[in-house]
Amino acid sequence: MNLEQQFQDKIDQEIKIEPRDWMPEEYRQMNIRQIAQHAHSEIVGMLPEGNWITRAPSLRRKVALLAKVQDEGGHGLYLYSAAETLGASRDDLIELLHQGKAKYSSIFNYPALTWADIGAIGWLVDGAAIMNQVSLTRTSYGPYARAMVRICKEESFHQRQGYEILLTLCRGSQDQIDMAQDSLNRWWWPALMMFGPSDGESTHTEKSMNWKLKRKKNDELRQHFIDVTVPQAEFLGLKVPDPLLKWNEEREHYDFGPIDWEEFRQVVAGNGPCNKKRLQDRIQAHEEGAWVRDAAMAHAEKRSKRKEDALTNRVA
Amino acid sequence: MDRKDAIVKYALQMGDHALVTGQRLSEWCGHGPVLEQDIAITNIALDHVGQTRSWYQFAAELEGKGRTEDDLAYMRTEPEYRNVLLLEQPNTDWAHTIVRQFLYDVFNYYLHENLAHSPEEGIAAIARKSLKEITYHLRYSSEWMIRLGDGTELSRQKMQTALDNLWMFSGELTQMTPLEEFLATLGIAPDLAAIKPLYDEKVDEIIGEATLKKPGTTFMQSGGKLGRHTEYMGFILAEMQSLQRQLPGLKW
Repeated sequence: MNLEQQFQDKIDQEIKIEPRDWMPEEYRQMNIRQIAQHAHSEIVGMLPEGNWITRAPSLRRKVALLAKVQDEGGHGLYLYSAAETLGASRDDLIELLHQGKAKYSSIFNYPALTWADIGAIGWLVDGAAIMNQVSLTRTSYGPYARAMVRICKEESFHQRQGYEILLTLCRGSQDQIDMAQDSLNRWWWPALMMFGPSDGESTHTEKSMNWKLKRKKNDELRQHFIDVTVPQAEFLGLKVPDPLLKWNEEREHYDFGPIDWEEFRQVVAGNGPCNKKRLQDRIQAHEEGAWVRDAAMAHAEKRSKRKEDALTNRVA
Repeated sequence: MDRKDAIVKYALQMGDHALVTGQRLSEWCGHGPVLEQDIAITNIALDHVGQTRSWYQFAAELEGKGRTEDDLAYMRTEPEYRNVLLLEQPNTDWAHTIVRQFLYDVFNYYLHENLAHSPEEGIAAIARKSLKEITYHLRYSSEWMIRLGDGTELSRQKMQTALDNLWMFSGELTQMTPLEEFLATLGIAPDLAAIKPLYDEKVDEIIGEATLKKPGTTFMQSGGKLGRHTEYMGFILAEMQSLQRQLPGLKW
């Protein structure tokens, strides 16, 4: 068996690929791309929610939101580390993001306009992310799969928290109920788009499936998300903004209306409401932090040199 | 002034310090100079808001007028807030943030060390619980003082500027108000005159290690603990309280 066959054999037997194993260059690159995209999504995803920390309407909510956004930073950190096991450097990956050459989840190009959006992001956006990520806990690359296990646990906590925010609003005043409905209206379709284009149109699906980088198809995940989420919306007393949404007895799934893929393509292409702002915020933070990173490095060098000198003096 | 009333006011003041600093630090979330520090500073913000809740809950319960922690945070006006002026100063940049936190953390550490032994058990319990977090805050800001002071030429300049700008707000920390004097005579809270030498010594030590220059004697600003704030305070509250003021009396 040649290397490539051995590699495929391992994958077929559900043995995880580890950093020091031989792997096809394309597999390496596809993993780096996907993990980096995921890491960037965590970091950019801090921005829309971070926007509400200073305005959270109760101290309990403020604490929960701070902790949540902090978790996302943590996820970014271990995903960048997972990418580094494949030989990528965090600095290079971030540079690609800033140049607009690397993607992040398009959902974060939508604005968080009201407090209810913090609920909707947790419930729908984290909910959709979990669908995808649960299937990725079984992805073939070991470090990524293990990172996913940890991330999924925290994400499902976030999702419950988001849902609970909306539940509180939906059991509150008419103003609060309206706020929740408006938020569902704005986030529903973008959340469905998070699973990506239909599998026929997605370019990477086939190879990804063979290499078990991806375990489930986009349409399959999307359908599952809808089936799980619609009853939750009903429990809230909110109306899903899709006139064609209907339970199909025969399929035992919900039928749903057409997704506006033109909107999706536009947002991915950079024309969403917040693309420019999100990237500008990241670039600004990075540039304004440059002197801090440089100084930390310079100080660490001074310290180790002082230590070295002290040792040399002692020996002499 | 009666004892209970004084303790309530003091707990509110402690909560106000924590909330305003937590609020300022949380502005960094998602914008830190490097991911690890973004997470660290958010964690510190989290500690402060957590401590706020302990102080406000204690104050609300002791006061016994049916107010909640959120009433105290969201329904009081600027002059009712009694945090020191230092903490409401804007983040500006990482240097100003670190210097502001450092000048506060040193004081906060010695204050809590003392309050942990207060005969008023409610105060002592919160102080003991917070002390571990505050010890870490002090270590964090001290390390960054040294790292950036003794880093590059640019970082040293930025830190010196921040120190020069914020120094005039450091005096208020150890300046006694009538409330604090009253509680000191009861032995419930410390005589800040006793904390001042410890404060000065620690500040001098770290400024020295950071190769920075301690600013000369300036006229110290004060008033925060009496409810007279800087121009920044109105904006902090306007932002923080916006939703509660828009739609008051609801559950969130």
